Amino acid sequence: MTSLSNPTSGAAAGDPAKQVHAKVYGDVDHLQAPPVSVNVAPERMLQWLHDMLLIREFEIRCMQAYQEKKIGGFCHVYIGQEAVAVGCIQAVEHRDPVVTAYRDHGHALARGMDPKYCMAEMFGRIGGCAKGKGGSMHMFDRDNNLYGGHGIVGAQTPLGAGLAFGCKYIDEVIEGKKNSRVALCFLGDGALNQGAFHEALNLAGLFDIPVIYVVENNGYSMGTAIARGTTMAHSLITKAAGYGIDGYVVDGMDVSEVYAQMKRIADKCRATSRPAFVDMRTYRYKGHSMSDPRKYRTKEEEEVFETGDPIGTLERQLRAAGILDDDKLKSMQKAIRDQVREAVAWSDASPVPSMDELFTDVYVEKWGPYTGSTQPEMNGGGANQATTSTINVKEELL
Amino acid sequence: MSALREIEFRDALREAMSEEMRRDKRVFLLGEEVAEYNGAYKVSRGMLEEFGPRRIIDTPISESGFAGLAIGAAMMGLKPVVEFMSWSFSLVAADPILNNAPKMLYMSGGQFGCPVVFRGNDGAGGQLGSTHSWCVEGLFSNVPGVKIAIPSNPYDAKGLLKSSIRGDDPVFFLESERMLGNKGHVPEEEYVIPFGQAKILREGTDCTLASWGRPVHFCMEAAEELQKQGISCEVIDLRTVRPLDIGTVVRSVKKTSNCVVVDQSWSFGSPGSELASQVHRHCFDDLDNYVHRVHTADVPTPYATNLEQEYLPNARKIVEAVRSATYNL
Repeated sequence: MTSLSNPTSGAAAGDPAKQVHAKVYGDVDHLQAPPVSVNVAPERMLQWLHDMLLIREFEIRCMQAYQEKKIGGFCHVYIGQEAVAVGCIQAVEHRDPVVTAYRDHGHALARGMDPKYCMAEMFGRIGGCAKGKGGSMHMFDRDNNLYGGHGIVGAQTPLGAGLAFGCKYIDEVIEGKKNSRVALCFLGDGALNQGAFHEALNLAGLFDIPVIYVVENNGYSMGTAIARGTTMAHSLITKAAGYGIDGYVVDGMDVSEVYAQMKRIADKCRATSRPAFVDMRTYRYKGHSMSDPRKYRTKEEEEVFETGDPIGTLERQLRAAGILDDDKLKSMQKAIRDQVREAVAWSDASPVPSMDELFTDVYVEKWGPYTGSTQPEMNGGGANQATTSTINVKEELL
Repeated sequence: MSALREIEFRDALREAMSEEMRRDKRVFLLGEEVAEYNGAYKVSRGMLEEFGPRRIIDTPISESGFAGLAIGAAMMGLKPVVEFMSWSFSLVAADPILNNAPKMLYMSGGQFGCPVVFRGNDGAGGQLGSTHSWCVEGLFSNVPGVKIAIPSNPYDAKGLLKSSIRGDDPVFFLESERMLGNKGHVPEEEYVIPFGQAKILREGTDCTLASWGRPVHFCMEAAEELQKQGISCEVIDLRTVRPLDIGTVVRSVKKTSNCVVVDQSWSFGSPGSELASQVHRHCFDDLDNYVHRVHTADVPTPYATNLEQEYLPNARKIVEAVRSATYNL
């Protein structure tokens, strides 16, 4: 029987680091998914390292650019959580749709978006992935099957079910073959308290929808510690169990573990068409957004998690396996630094959107802005990729 | 030639959906009680039998969940039709239908559209009380990125629903429980009706009556009564409020010099106030009087029959408004 209270004594007694972990998430060693071993090619592990370093460097440059006022509005950086996006996205296939919340730069880069398109978006430039019309919280990449960046907490959870439902419908109802795609839907631990999340889980469980909900549990929804806002914080998988959905607890600070567990979960989801729920334990090193002084947690707690830096952990694993040495690491770091620096320069040089952009992409069809004149101006639409059909309603009678 | 075929409003809606589902496998219907129950208002009667449970999908009472699911599916290129048993229930799905569907194309820089149709009963039914009687056009017509259709008769309902389903943009399709049993002529041959084209239902010379949805019938009643009193009304059914065919109304008002707008949503910040404002702008030198408006009373919907009837627009109030607008005739 699972206790309703947060059992911080138990296994954590005696080990200070474990006590800090237990304070943040509850004592969960006994819930951790059993280890799995998968064979991973060394090149692939180096790719993980590359992607995580790229996200880290990119986010550091973002913070700089924000201070320089090149980035406006809200900006949420992913530093500390890199192993989650990289491990999860590497564990699924490129054709599998991915959707996430507002802390989305890491997912965009892990999905393969060129950093320059991501940076230019935040700079509000035409070169941005959404032509500067989305911003930091709304990264979209059709070519890389990234269905956004969504700003309202929990809003993406029914969408994630819809993406997986869509895959299944297209394959099975339209094309008459077995579906083999899964959708990855990332959410923060704060989203667990939104109605949309619970409705999405109920529907996913009910309709056998192959969607994997990855909770990036960093212990805080903005400044509220998880146990202060969420019941059963030490055992979030209980919530999924209530919807008949298998839950897993995974160490999100170790990319090898994330990859191995997610590979197994995704394979099962693909084969059974059943949803899954993952309590991915991670930690954001920076504030919720750029304006957060992190007064709600201690320096000691941050230090404990910093010693478990996912990039450092992978580096050690790679060195121990003889895959990485100083030279290799240095040249990788240099290439990444250059690439991100170029992304900033490219974004600086990218023009701001023309005033025409204010009125395009409101409708796919050729409705323009509402001007109060006889008919909407026919200057919208046409150039976007979202057209699904050719509408022909010129005449009333066909 | 055989007699004109007459069918009920609900049958026209079903014909539109069934024809589009036969034509395009990407189209499917989901909502509460749409399949095994044959539709809470029998709009989808028989569709489960024809299309099966993969395409006619019963959902739990979970509007936010299934509206969001439909939007995700639409982003994958499918064309869901979502039935809200009542648009009053769409308020718990406000985030997906207002924050996701209309903005997805814009905030993705044109990469992802949402070709989804949300449809269901709008407006007061029969004594349903305050929470079940919403006229959501008052709220939702404020939002760019959606198209809104409010048909008044079976013919328009079928043609507009077919073009809604074929279109690439999100559509809010507002029906009325009070009209689902109304019969009207719907031809056997296929047709579609484009958005943004008003229809002149009755020609007249003294005053323009502009409306959409159920109050169009009250306008026709009022016009008949006013004819007896020697006032000739031109009745225009706007059919869609986004886009809004202001041109047809303006051309009419330039002829009649008087205008009454009839809108069953509340008056403050409504499609009716927008139309009146545009008529003032475009017909500033043509009007003999300010544009009069008939709305529902600015109170929550009452239950008692006599109060509810007085709350809604009706022929008497329209006659009074026209008499006031045309007092110098």
